[in-house]
Amino acid sequence: MTAPVAAPVATRHAYRDWLIARMRDDPRVICLDSDTGLFTGADFGPAADRYLDLGIAEQNLFGVAAGLAHDGWLPYVNTMAAFAACRAAETVKIDIAYNRLPVRIAATHGGLAAGHLGPTHHALEDLAVMRAMPAMTVLVPGDAADTVALLDQAHDRDGPVYLRLGRKPTPDLPPAPPPRIGVPRVRRDGTEVCLLACGPLPTLRALAAAEVLAAADGVSARVVQVHTLKPLDGAAIAGAVRGCAAVVTVEEHWREGGLGSAVAALLASRPGPRLVRMGVGDMYVSAVGSQEELLDAVGITAAGIARAARSALRPGLDSPLFATF
Amino acid sequence: MTVLAVPAAGRTTATEVEAAAARIRHHVVDMCAGAEGGHLGGSLSCVDILSVLYFDVLRVDPERPHDPGRDIFLLSKGHAAIALYATLAERGFLDPAELAGYGRRGSRLLGHPTRAVPGVELPTGSLGHGLALGLGLALSARMREAGRFGPRRRTYVLLGDGELQEGSCWESVMAAASTRADHLVAVVDRNGLQLGSPTERVCPMEPLGERFRGFGWDVREVDGHDHGELRAALGTAPWTAGRPGVVIARTVKGNGVPAAENRIDAHYTTLPARVAARAHRDLSLRKAS
Repeated sequence: MTAPVAAPVATRHAYRDWLIARMRDDPRVICLDSDTGLFTGADFGPAADRYLDLGIAEQNLFGVAAGLAHDGWLPYVNTMAAFAACRAAETVKIDIAYNRLPVRIAATHGGLAAGHLGPTHHALEDLAVMRAMPAMTVLVPGDAADTVALLDQAHDRDGPVYLRLGRKPTPDLPPAPPPRIGVPRVRRDGTEVCLLACGPLPTLRALAAAEVLAAADGVSARVVQVHTLKPLDGAAIAGAVRGCAAVVTVEEHWREGGLGSAVAALLASRPGPRLVRMGVGDMYVSAVGSQEELLDAVGITAAGIARAARSALRPGLDSPLFATF
Repeated sequence: MTVLAVPAAGRTTATEVEAAAARIRHHVVDMCAGAEGGHLGGSLSCVDILSVLYFDVLRVDPERPHDPGRDIFLLSKGHAAIALYATLAERGFLDPAELAGYGRRGSRLLGHPTRAVPGVELPTGSLGHGLALGLGLALSARMREAGRFGPRRRTYVLLGDGELQEGSCWESVMAAASTRADHLVAVVDRNGLQLGSPTERVCPMEPLGERFRGFGWDVREVDGHDHGELRAALGTAPWTAGRPGVVIARTVKGNGVPAAENRIDAHYTTLPARVAARAHRDLSLRKAS
């Protein structure tokens, strides 16, 4: 008889439950909301006066967070990734990052997680925007367990932290030791091609691609989950790709500015493997579909990743880089 | 935890505040006569507001600029940095001799204020940020409970009138009302001119007081160059429990320097030596009268 398998928990709900518990034991923590609905019905207990819903006004939201952090509080700010990274970007840049204030940005609906809600609610630029900000830590947990582990470590970290969360539950990643901020995590050993993946579904699909490559091509693929986009340690990335002839980055993000760009910048300064960057091309994903279906449509699938790995290993084969939609 | 012992008002005589304001105007002219020039018009328009705040209203101590019991001042119209630097220098946060370095290589006196300058709470310059920061600081004080640090801190945020065209200001206006942030005081330097035009030509904003009232704010309208009126409004805040307050200070852009008063081209200017000398003379004559 097998033990019942618990249904996976959405990263945003793992975050919510973690934060509510943390508010009770850390009197510095303030939860600033913007009518996200994430905390509807939440029981903050004695910390109830440290939950504040400031309404649908993200510039004010982040400015208030900066004022509070400047005065010694530890604000967790809640909005969707698209609004944190674009609408409120200047507030994050000037009022938070410039002052190196310890504001924690909990950004739900990262990547294509908003699914059928469309490009207005997709965030395919957030990692690029947040990576560009000095002093910012940028974290992308792969599942609920990652979320809790990274939050525990980020809580007392200096400066601002951006945490990209999802919307609906995504499958848990295979069991592994807890992630450590800044250290890419090897998810599968391999020797010929290194698949660097960021986020829940890209990591799952990279793992599936590794199976495809092994079974269909006899290619040994290493899979490394990059949950910390900033700081991204050059030596760690060099170590992660060492020995491989090719590298494929896989992310739920526009191809510009995210994991692929970060890795390209690091690898450009040293001799090493060929690099293929997989992401969403220069387009808006304007179609009805679940997060999974939209990723399928832009080619970020196990088969697509395997194809990218083949083309990186053997230049001249078909390239998945310019998928159109 | 220390508590500032200085009283909220009445520390300085009216004559002393007038004298400080006069010296601040001379400093502003000097800085605009430097190589980089400066925001002359909008700095001169808020000198009296800054003088009354720093010499008669704010509980601040240059020896303890981070004292948790201090009142907060934020220059949301950060382009008036030179007026703030001059005020901080006169109030003892800076050596007045440092003002000569404004805009020069190696100086910490940038065109918009930074936290490297003693007394500057948070950097500003991009318009539409100060009110949200101030709301955060006001809510912070409230959450720490009244009385714990002595009389609860007041947070003053000085805005430009053109700045109110930034939508983010109105996000904060609404949020301050809904959070009943009564210890937050906005001050609008209502000089009527923005960079290239009169505000009413670009985006009519009158009746400004009614607009704030409509959002649930308590409103005082004063002559922004009359220290008595400024003191009566700024020094008595908060006025109404549960309501944020705004002082709409009617001012003259370039006030005190006739060549700059109400002139569009005095928004940002580099004063030639001859013009600066004339400005100093005009300011001295004004003082004497």
